[in-house]
Amino acid sequence: MSSYDAMWEKLNLDLDAHSGLLQVLGKFYGDIYLSQSGRLQGMEYLDFVLSEVHGLRIKELQDAKEAGRKIVGAFCVFAPEEITLAAGAVQVGLCAGAEAGKDAAEKVLPRNTCALIKSFVGFKLARLCPYLESCDMVIGETTCDGKKKAYEIFEEYAPVYVMEIPQMKRACDRDLWMTEMLRYKDKMEELSGKAITAESLRDAIKLVNDRRRALQRLNSLRAASPVPISGRDVLLINQVSFYDDPVRFTASINKLCDEIEDRVKAGEGVAPKDAPRLLLSGCPMAVPNWKLPYVIESSGAVIVGEESCIGARNTRDLVDEGGKTMDEFMNALADRYMRIDCACFTPNTERLGNIASMAKDLKADGVIHYGLSFCQPYAIEAYKVERAMKDAGVPMLSIETDYSMEDVEQLKTRVEAFVEMLR
Amino acid sequence: MQHENGGIAGIDIGSRSIELVVMGDEGPVHQVKAPTTFDPLAQCRKLMREVRVGRIVATGYGRKLFAETAAGEMDVKAITEIQAYALGARYLYPEARTVLDIGGQDTKVIALAEGGKVGKFEMNDRCAAGTGKFLEFMATALQVPLEAFGNFAMEADRRIQINSMCTVFAESEATSLMARGERPENIAMGLHLAIVQRTLAMLRRVGLETPLVFAGGVAHNACVRTILQEQFDEPLLIPENPDMVGALGAALHGMLLASRE
Ligand code: SF4
Ligand code: SF4
Repeated sequence: MSSYDAMWEKLNLDLDAHSGLLQVLGKFYGDIYLSQSGRLQGMEYLDFVLSEVHGLRIKELQDAKEAGRKIVGAFCVFAPEEITLAAGAVQVGLCAGAEAGKDAAEKVLPRNTCALIKSFVGFKLARLCPYLESCDMVIGETTCDGKKKAYEIFEEYAPVYVMEIPQMKRACDRDLWMTEMLRYKDKMEELSGKAITAESLRDAIKLVNDRRRALQRLNSLRAASPVPISGRDVLLINQVSFYDDPVRFTASINKLCDEIEDRVKAGEGVAPKDAPRLLLSGCPMAVPNWKLPYVIESSGAVIVGEESCIGARNTRDLVDEGGKTMDEFMNALADRYMRIDCACFTPNTERLGNIASMAKDLKADGVIHYGLSFCQPYAIEAYKVERAMKDAGVPMLSIETDYSMEDVEQLKTRVEAFVEMLR
Repeated sequence: MQHENGGIAGIDIGSRSIELVVMGDEGPVHQVKAPTTFDPLAQCRKLMREVRVGRIVATGYGRKLFAETAAGEMDVKAITEIQAYALGARYLYPEARTVLDIGGQDTKVIALAEGGKVGKFEMNDRCAAGTGKFLEFMATALQVPLEAFGNFAMEADRRIQINSMCTVFAESEATSLMARGERPENIAMGLHLAIVQRTLAMLRRVGLETPLVFAGGVAHNACVRTILQEQFDEPLLIPENPDMVGALGAALHGMLLASRE
């Protein structure tokens, strides 16, 4: 029996199913992560966090709750974490990347729903996720239709609060978003019983910016050749950034970056200098969805960037810290969030430019566009991305898949053929 | 060209059959084929027994498995079917711009860039619709031997449309047509037309340019050849041994590696 069983039981998890999930997670992690050679020392912190993902971190959340802090879950990088933190609450990302719970999810959702949505609904129905069970409130958003409609069902099982995300980026859309953030601010004050002040908001902005800055630093170090860190490891770091304590996380990543800088100076890397460098672009990859990065990096290529919400889309833009008043901070937040280039927007031309400049800065030899099956926004936009890449002279491979392992062999062939093409 | 321990070969381990090609100075000197069976490695060994090979390049879905087991005995490398078919087709037809390979379990379309490099490619996704497997399944359903299925379909007296490309649904569609008294030859023709339709869609996605090489096991099928040809003014380039192209390409890759040493 694990020492956390009592805690999990209190959270009303299905203990048997949950231990099955942890076993799969552990096996995956061993195969995909611990098998890598030449890993950085600083990854030990990440290994530790992941091994305690449902243990120590959940314990910390329970302690925080006991101390009177609220826990807020989110499914999208539009959920304004700064406001959550300014109200003294903790925000955790709830995106789910495992197939467990799929059967339960398919009882209430159509089969042709994207794996990410099925996974979080399934986790709730099958009582598998201690994060979800710890939440006092869960933020939903009107991004894609799949999520928007799924929240209507999800709401019957979890305390959902839906934010309206605009679909376009005109002045009136920004006004709508500002209204939504103000509404959320009121909601958070009500939930936490704490007033949000200009000071607390300023501190929260700084805290989240610091985390983004550390991740920006990490990403820019990947422009080096040979590449100093594997794409798998960076994906993991981005995934962990959504639920780890932000202060501790930022410090660990900065330490890791120091180590990487030394490595770059010494001209060392995780892959040979001539290994094709690939940029991943598209849908988010939540823990433990490491399938495609693993396939890519097992075929002799190395991933140098993630143009996705669990990646650069979440870290590229900072919030302006120059303000003093509540009004100025709220405006700075609105500006920053309206720059997110999610495929749910129309038009979404900024994204095309952002991918091209990432490919250039990171010296990518090719782009792999990743879409989850049944994700319309990204699948349709892939056409435009492909055209933009053609103009930029960067070859692109478009992959559509989900969390199941049945297509791994075919994926390998396609990815390997793409890598052969780039050599 | 010879490797110090014997010839240079290519082996294509597909879902249905295994092909082996050994190269000589003037081109292939030895080409053999065997069914894959449930023990592909034993089949490979059987094919290899007849030849002395010092360097081999494996392709096809069994490439990794083969490369791992043969690693101690000879110089072995693995490449994907995409690259192998591109190399093989280019060697046979230097003017080729597009390669179509319909194999046992998948269909691939390759656009060749300048110099014969792979420019772009498409593969069918995880289901077997539109591949050799589809034909095999349907031939069984109509109780016609697979080898005779193409000629059987050519006996059709009218062209009917089969709407479903899913193996399971197409079978039930065929069954209900049969129940309505449709001639089995016409149904067979409908099934072949369905495959060609799907293939054309894939070809268009890579920006089809001719000349087009049609390779892979299904290129033996007279009906697929005929109705695909109807879509083009230029003659299709169909190799004499269409299912050997992958193994040939793998062997050519071996030659290339040897020349670089
Ligand atoms: S891809 Fe779009 S909907 Fe999904 S997390 Fe990112 S911003 Fe939100
Ligand atoms: S991956 Fe696509 S379909 Fe799935 S939740 Fe995100 S935007 Fe929606």
